[in-house]
Amino acid sequence: MPEFDLQFTIALVTNGLLIGLMYALIALGFVLVYKATDAINFAQGEFVMFAAFICAGAADLAGMPFWVAAALALAGMIAFGFGFERVVLRPLLGRPIIAVIMATIGIAALLRGVATLAFGGGTRAIALPVDDEPLFLGPLMLPPVQLVGAAVSLVFLAAFTWLFLKSRMGVAMRAVAESQQVATAMGIDVRRYFAFAWALAGVVSALGGIVWGGMLGVDNQLALIGLKVFPVVILGGLDSVVGAVVGGLIVGVVENLAAGYFDPIVGGGTKDFAPYVLMIAMLMIRPYGMFGSRRIERV
Amino acid sequence: MLTLNNIEVVYDHVILVLKGVSVVAKTGQITTLLGANGAGKTTTLKAISGLLNAERGSVTKGSIELDGVRLDHLPPHDVVRRGIVQVFEGRRVFANLTVEENLVAGAHIQSELKRVRDGIARTYELFPLLKERRHQRSGYLSGGEQQMLVIGRALMSDPRVILLDEPSLGLAPRIVEEIFVVIRRLKESQDLAVLLVEQNAALALDIADHGYVMENGRIVLEGSAESLARNSDIQEFYLGLNEEGARKSYRDAKQYRRRKRWLS
Ligand SMILES: Nc1ncnc2c1ncn2[C@@H]1O[C@H](COP(=O)(O)OP(=O)(O)OP(=O)(O)O)[C@@H](O)[C@H]1O
Ligand SMILES: [Mg+2]
Repeated sequence: MPEFDLQFTIALVTNGLLIGLMYALIALGFVLVYKATDAINFAQGEFVMFAAFICAGAADLAGMPFWVAAALALAGMIAFGFGFERVVLRPLLGRPIIAVIMATIGIAALLRGVATLAFGGGTRAIALPVDDEPLFLGPLMLPPVQLVGAAVSLVFLAAFTWLFLKSRMGVAMRAVAESQQVATAMGIDVRRYFAFAWALAGVVSALGGIVWGGMLGVDNQLALIGLKVFPVVILGGLDSVVGAVVGGLIVGVVENLAAGYFDPIVGGGTKDFAPYVLMIAMLMIRPYGMFGSRRIERV
Repeated sequence: MLTLNNIEVVYDHVILVLKGVSVVAKTGQITTLLGANGAGKTTTLKAISGLLNAERGSVTKGSIELDGVRLDHLPPHDVVRRGIVQVFEGRRVFANLTVEENLVAGAHIQSELKRVRDGIARTYELFPLLKERRHQRSGYLSGGEQQMLVIGRALMSDPRVILLDEPSLGLAPRIVEEIFVVIRRLKESQDLAVLLVEQNAALALDIADHGYVMENGRIVLEGSAESLARNSDIQEFYLGLNEEGARKSYRDAKQYRRRKRWLS
């Protein structure tokens, strides 16, 4: 193990926080869907990948400028979220939740296939309108892409949190999450909120896809981002908005520290499993996560 | 005025639960629907609110009308928009939402923010206890407070008909009294019809104007609340009084206890 080095550690933590914010954003999409509809979205990574493909493809194949391609990806993913709920999930309403989960696994495979068919198997690039030159802040070296990604994540996390916790729409969403029957009795059209949750999952996927795609390049591998979501939401709590944020930050920092200190010894790969070690530990101590609701037993 | 004309309800396409039920709930009045467990009271309310469909039930005959406009076959969230709101039995608060958020959820169909605010103010006037607890999670309220909350929440939609399912269930007598005082006050607004389902017939007949008795999916008795309270069958079966006017169930219970003591 490399010796402990404060500056090195600070750098790892800072980069981890920046990346962690982006994990948090994607995890939020997952959490909103889980809260509102009880569905576990196993296609979250593929959503991200597909959004990146739309953005990269629109720029590469149709020669669209970045902003137009990005807007297209956003609109496309919102439409996709709505459509998925409407066409695939709605007929499954009232069926066991496992049917919905299987449907998300199915759509994941489908998205991977369709992406390759439509955009080819090669890796595409998204040319983000950001400098490549890293920013130096004292001892820290900050890639502008990460800063932009973190900033976008922060803005949207704040917006979604406000929407969810303070707006009337958010109250209705949480009411639906607690009891569809009682929410319906308040005049809430439950299906509309299901569709809305999936559309929000589309929004975060588009944002994530554009930023991650810009950093890592766009191919099927991008869907592996989805695997980060599980440790994040188990740590934070499957149904907690705050948990998604905290969990994202923790996973970002932990995997970066692990990679920085252990990769040189084991030759790499710690980034991928360190969050899962944490996840399993959390499952043993507090299966509902740091902020997840242990159901209120009273009533 | 809410009218049920001879409705029939079937669950799962085969189980016939309501067999021709006709009920009228007049505006400005409290109408009560009495009956034993499994008589079909809750099913009647769900038929009105449209929530039956989510439970694989449907109205197969007859009609349900609010002031002459048919409601059956509307989706439940639209029924609320037409002015009918159901309060479930068992105090179904949104446990993780605060008291005030529960009220906001209840006002979902109000498009103007002002009406939401006015509604909240009115609810706190009706139930001052709720105001003190406004920012608490409703899951931690006492049973009585939760019952107040679900009634207040239902009123947030400014309904023309409120359907109350056993609001006295599982509450201490003093709390029940408090809640029934409020239910009686609901009449004062003059533009609300209350349809009250109860097992506690004595309480219900005390505040109601009109009543129905249901058995096995049929209405077996109907009349003004006073006439029902005087009816000897009702006195015996629902009010627990025998001919001498003694509390039958109470005495039975006492005898049972005495016997038990001998045995043990
Ligand atoms: N979803 C359902 N599917 C099939 N049968 C049902 C369903 N819901 C209710 N029933 C049946 O319908 C009958 C009437 O039930 P309902 O709940 O309306 O009675 P109730 O008068 O409200 O009784 P209680 O006083 O116990 O609440 C019962 O025999 C019940 O088993
Ligand atoms: Mg009932």
